Amino acid sequence: MADIALEVKEITKQFPGVLANDHVSLNLKKGEIHALLGENGAGKTTLMNMVYGLYNADSGQIFVDGKEVHIKDPTDAINLGIGMVHQHFMLIPVFTVAENIVLGNETVRGAQLDRKAAAARIRDLSKQYGLEIDPEALTGDLPVGVQQRVEIIKALYRHANILILDEPTAVLTPQEANDLFRIMRELTQRGVSIIFISHKLKEVLTIADRITVLRGGRVVGETTPAQSDEHSLASMMVGREVVLTVEKGAAKPGDVVLSVENLRVKDKRDHEAVAGVSFEVRAGEVLGIAGVQGNGQTELVEALTGLTHSLAGKVTLAGHDVTNAPPRRLVDIGLAHVPEDRHQYGMIGVYPIADNMILNTYHHAPFARGITMNNAAIEAYAKKLVAQFDVRTPSVYTKGSSLSGGNQQKMVVAREFSRPIKLLIASQPTRGLDVGSIEFIHKRIIEARDQGVAVLLVSAELDEVMSVSDRIAVMYRGKIVATVDAQTATREQLGLLMAGVTTEHAAA
Amino acid sequence: MTTQATSFTPPQENFLKRHANARRYGLIASVILGLMVITVLIGQASTSPTDIIASFIATTLTFATPLTLGALSGIYCERSGVVNIAIEGMMLAACFFGFIAAGWFKSQGLPDQTALWLGVGVSILTGLLLALLHGVLSIRFKVNQIISGTVINILAVGLTGYLNRQLFFQSGAAQLTSAGTLARVRIPILADIPLIGGIFDQQPLTYVGIILVFVTHFVLFKTVWGLRTRAVGEHPRAADTVGINVYKMRYANVLIGGIIAGVAGAFFTLQSVGAFEPLMTAGRGFIALAAMIFGNWSPFGAWAAALLFASAQAFQINLQFYSASIPPELDFLKKSQIVGMLPYILTIIAMTGIVGRTTPPAEDGIPYEK
Repeated sequence: MADIALEVKEITKQFPGVLANDHVSLNLKKGEIHALLGENGAGKTTLMNMVYGLYNADSGQIFVDGKEVHIKDPTDAINLGIGMVHQHFMLIPVFTVAENIVLGNETVRGAQLDRKAAAARIRDLSKQYGLEIDPEALTGDLPVGVQQRVEIIKALYRHANILILDEPTAVLTPQEANDLFRIMRELTQRGVSIIFISHKLKEVLTIADRITVLRGGRVVGETTPAQSDEHSLASMMVGREVVLTVEKGAAKPGDVVLSVENLRVKDKRDHEAVAGVSFEVRAGEVLGIAGVQGNGQTELVEALTGLTHSLAGKVTLAGHDVTNAPPRRLVDIGLAHVPEDRHQYGMIGVYPIADNMILNTYHHAPFARGITMNNAAIEAYAKKLVAQFDVRTPSVYTKGSSLSGGNQQKMVVAREFSRPIKLLIASQPTRGLDVGSIEFIHKRIIEARDQGVAVLLVSAELDEVMSVSDRIAVMYRGKIVATVDAQTATREQLGLLMAGVTTEHAAA
Repeated sequence: MTTQATSFTPPQENFLKRHANARRYGLIASVILGLMVITVLIGQASTSPTDIIASFIATTLTFATPLTLGALSGIYCERSGVVNIAIEGMMLAACFFGFIAAGWFKSQGLPDQTALWLGVGVSILTGLLLALLHGVLSIRFKVNQIISGTVINILAVGLTGYLNRQLFFQSGAAQLTSAGTLARVRIPILADIPLIGGIFDQQPLTYVGIILVFVTHFVLFKTVWGLRTRAVGEHPRAADTVGINVYKMRYANVLIGGIIAGVAGAFFTLQSVGAFEPLMTAGRGFIALAAMIFGNWSPFGAWAAALLFASAQAFQINLQFYSASIPPELDFLKKSQIVGMLPYILTIIAMTGIVGRTTPPAEDGIPYEK
């Protein structure tokens, strides 16, 4: 079997409490793009971390070019020609591109680091593979798409011919993703074999030669894009039939609930992250905010939810001027917030579920009784919500942090949706969740909309924004560059807007 | 179609950083100059301005030595990601054991200077051992590094105080004769330059401190070792994925830091005074730490900050010397406890971040979990 670049056989890995990989076998042919598809927690990354030597398998074998190998650490993997681009880039922001690339494989001239030789070799590689890069640039200043190129060159610099890409498109615009796919094809033509980890069905169908689906640490099937479609892949991933599109009727917009005028917000590094944003959200409609992460969405939401102060502008919520109002006042008027980072802002990990369910209503009856808490009422309420929102937990006294990501998010959603609310701000509400939980949360958002709640949905997932929203505003560098009707918007149009190309330019 | 690959960070950020650095260096230079001018104005009644300036420079360099060395010790540790607040304790223990050792070697019949240099060796060994303890606690056992550092500081105070009493103040205690201090090294020709010639007529550890500033700069920013050290302090996981052993790098740098802290300790008993007294380091290790922070974890920055704090000390000494010529309207300058606060006040001001915030290595103080 000379055409097999990498093969793993019967790999098993046990983490405390989880069987992350259960006798997983797969092979990668030379020059092939092999997609590893599965939900979060299916064991894709764990498997590849073992191939790259970051973890060691409990049992099983790994073969490279037909020979059995023992990979103890990344050095072994690198020496075998295996390179990995991690989901969270392994780049040092304060280093130059060249420094990041050579780190660990430096060339020296005397006692000194030979920066010239390194830069020359990087320019060579970048020309050879069509990966534009400036070796002298400071890595932290580069957009994520370019940082990813740095990661790929880093692997090629070490003569990698097996490349593992872990969720490489999660941080890219659709155009950047297309660019990456072009690069991937280019690489395979030059003999590089690629393992492409993803949970995005469309991408896998576009780019992969073969697809292996993992679920719960096991291989549940192997197929090719020709033999499958989104539906069959989704069912394999989840293990049951799923509805991929969000079913919803037409919106019936009512009065303006949230009105934002010329809002300006600074980020933590003192840059103006939101640079004069105005929009309205009406009762009974979903306004989606699309954009690549880091274009001011986070700061916008923080300002609207009272987590940070704005520099200028006016925010009106249900007729009240709430510019820079504290969160308590916003909540009392009727704001619900599903935050982007649920661990930091959405829940208190060490609190039991019951207490997490009343985090913003604990001071009202029946939960508060004078200066004491009414634990019976809290327990009853939490039990009701857990049942209603299908939070899978042994008890309402389980610590919030011990729930799975999907169940934590359901807990947050349960708390926020179970009050009389007028405005819902949901920021990346399904990030990191499995298909089943995503389906559930989307349904609840639409239900809230239909009950007359105004919804502001912020998401970096274009599919999510397109399927849930009624109108879509695109943010680019702190400004809303366009607002379009979700019915007529196309991925290409939104992708261009997300990259800062306004409609007139795109048409021209 | 390609998206425009423009930078998300406005270009002025780098400019601002450079600007902040320039402002910091400017401030340091003007404070030192200011203190020097005041000294000249007060002292010119009895001494010529050139003599005052020459001695002010020489004194500043001397006082800067333990601060510079302490800050360099901290730079090695923290650039690799291990916070070291134990510099004070390492210095105190090193100055005690170095002193004892020098005395013992002298009692064995060795010449004074040889005994002193062997004492420096023992100081280094002391720093190294305490650094090893700090490393084991904070790298191997992942103890909170502030706690580990505090433990070492308390240990050093207790140990040196106790042994000092037991060895020298008990009835029948050993008689230890001091070996004196390290002899000046005069660099020919350079030492004859007027005004700044004093820079080249110093005791050896002062030169060691200055040379180490340049060496450290070279090591950190020009060598593979430095690149890996900084990588481990900024993003250990990234370093790990390219095959760098994070733990080894951190241990090695903490030990290097211990060696340098040992030299800093030797300054007190083997170069400066020639005697030991309890709590002799008097917070210099913490001021060194402040110099490291104020100097943005860079050798030259830290050196500049050390010179700033040292010039405040030189100012204080000079005022005592010329206290007779202090004009009556500046009477408060005669109170040594007020002027004596100056280095500490400057430290506090430097730490508030008024003169530009500095940025520590991203993973400084965070134990690495594989």
